[in-house]
Amino acid sequence: MSDDPTDQGIPDPEGQTEIIETEFEIGQDNVEGSLGPFGFDVHNPVFMISGLTIVAFVFYTLVFQEQATAAFGTLRPWLTGTFDWFFLGSANFFVIFCLFLIVSPWGGVRLGGKEAVPDYSYTGWFAMLFAAGMGIGLMFFGVLEPVYHMAISQPLGVPSPFAEDGSIIPENVEAAKRMGLAATIYHWGLHPWAIYAVVALALALFTFNKGLPLTIRSAFYPIFGERVWGWTGHIIDTLAVFATLFGLATSLGFGAQQANAGLEHVFGLPNSTNVQVFLITAITAVALISVLRGLDGGVKVLSEINMVLAAMLLLFVLLVGPTMVIFADFFAGLGTYASNIVALSNPIGREDIGFMDGWTAFYWAWWVSWSPFVGMFIARVSRGRTVREFVTCVLIIPSLVCVLWMAVFGGAAIDQVLTDPAGSAVKAQVIDSYNPPISLFAMLEGLPLAAITSTLGIVLVIVFFVTSSDSGSLVIDTITAGGKIDAPVGQRVFWCTFEGAVAIVLLLGGGLSALQAMVISTGLPFTVVLLLMCVAIVKGLMAERDAASSESSEG
Amino acid sequence: MFSKIMVPVDLAHQGKLTRSLDCAAELARHFDIPVIYAGVTGTAPGVSGHTPEEFTRHLAEFAASQGVRAKISAGHHAIISHDPRAELDARLLQAAEEIGADLIVMEAHVPNVLDHFLPSDGGTIAKLAKATVMVVRD
Repeated sequence: MSDDPTDQGIPDPEGQTEIIETEFEIGQDNVEGSLGPFGFDVHNPVFMISGLTIVAFVFYTLVFQEQATAAFGTLRPWLTGTFDWFFLGSANFFVIFCLFLIVSPWGGVRLGGKEAVPDYSYTGWFAMLFAAGMGIGLMFFGVLEPVYHMAISQPLGVPSPFAEDGSIIPENVEAAKRMGLAATIYHWGLHPWAIYAVVALALALFTFNKGLPLTIRSAFYPIFGERVWGWTGHIIDTLAVFATLFGLATSLGFGAQQANAGLEHVFGLPNSTNVQVFLITAITAVALISVLRGLDGGVKVLSEINMVLAAMLLLFVLLVGPTMVIFADFFAGLGTYASNIVALSNPIGREDIGFMDGWTAFYWAWWVSWSPFVGMFIARVSRGRTVREFVTCVLIIPSLVCVLWMAVFGGAAIDQVLTDPAGSAVKAQVIDSYNPPISLFAMLEGLPLAAITSTLGIVLVIVFFVTSSDSGSLVIDTITAGGKIDAPVGQRVFWCTFEGAVAIVLLLGGGLSALQAMVISTGLPFTVVLLLMCVAIVKGLMAERDAASSESSEG
Repeated sequence: MFSKIMVPVDLAHQGKLTRSLDCAAELARHFDIPVIYAGVTGTAPGVSGHTPEEFTRHLAEFAASQGVRAKISAGHHAIISHDPRAELDARLLQAAEEIGADLIVMEAHVPNVLDHFLPSDGGTIAKLAKATVMVVRD
């Protein structure tokens, strides 16, 4: 019967992989049933524990607001300050590890088996990588960071082009400009994508090649063995859900404030919590439609729309702004990055501690705390790629796109600041006062058609939030369903709504910054988790190669 | 009257399938036509298989055993989906066309208040399929 002619639509046999034989049955710890009309199928105890812990933390932060703000507010800088060497060192290791995988013989291993076919085309795949991973950050930091690093944070002690009285010191300009871009490229280039790539590769490998459930704990099978199905695994998964939900909810809360600031700046809309609650509700509603339409019909479509809009904005700034200056900046910044990457990523004996701890270590902790979410989402859409293709496409290409983005937005902004310091809105909003949400719109104001491009900017900010929110809900739903991607629809609706609700509660009750600081603090334990994942990847790939070579010797 | 029956099955919940399977088998014998059991799986490991390949094998075994048990000609059709829960209805409709089934027999759930807001799978298929659809209540 299996050769029945109606078997069309079934991919060819997926080829030799080394399925891990485990006692664990997918869904064995799940509880299925229905609550009134709503069916559910959730992992016991991960669903309950993560849900209750999240509620408990929200409650704690609201009731003991001062205490929570003080506790998490000091914890985060203390961690990034004390463990800066650990964050910087680990991130460097991840980059080297990924580059090694590209050239290693393991690069030929295909995720999903030797004959697996990629699930998504390159465009769909890239669009989803960006939309989940950092789209929103590009909008927020594209103008802010290059300008700030050039003028204020002085990475590696490169002096600011501005004297104390605000006049320009001509001999400092060129070096500061290059370093501003290079430092930004450092934060948005290879390192963050290497962090995402490690998590994504570990999960894709253990899910698609080893047959373990699509959940964070599966990557630890080579290390903990059967114990990952017990409490060791419950804790790993719960921590991942916790970091993802609070990461999304707090940035949604802040994002609403940013979008509101933009709306106020551009259209004069009042800056009030009512508007912000409305924005969160609207973003959550669109994200809900997206998760109900599913991965291909919702998340992918929105991501692609987003990529087209972002490309339009990028092209506009590039062509209408100082095109030749931007191109020169792109190569100068890249060159400075290449020649300073060792100095920038070295944690020892640095004098620019403010930059290293306040920006670099902060970013690394932040990327790491987002990595379970982004990594798991990347893993889910990467089936069918080889390891080499995967790492190249997750590490090198997004890094180049980020470099281009930063060079265009940062270059145009820096040009405005330096050619007309007195009249530059960017200088007023970034250097003279510190208004991060306005920085992008301040730069667009210096270009023609500002009303149109600013509106496009606001739309992009909002849609990027939708794409983070919907992909995040799918990830949380899968983890809390014990790795099942076909749990009842009600569950993804629940997580998506819950995330919006947490954001609104924290926005109204206060506590966004406290809980965001706490989320970033989870970067520390997760960095250890990521280092272990590298070990697991090596073990997994070794077994995979053995399986492939034993197959070819048999054949 | 009919030439081929498609029966959507969820291998993870075989216990709930009894009436639609019996009904399809009865019709298949009556018209002397084959039954194709269609199953939808995700790309990630699931309850009914660690890989799409393994799922397909399980579905084939299921179809074969149904064929023997009910003494009918049985085939299978595996559908691999990126998001099985969200794409279920669309992919089943597509499968019916691919298979060339002109009768779809499927299990229904007990209607509840939620059906006023979210359409049921059986309801959606019955509304949109070109084939005749029989939704079997438990």
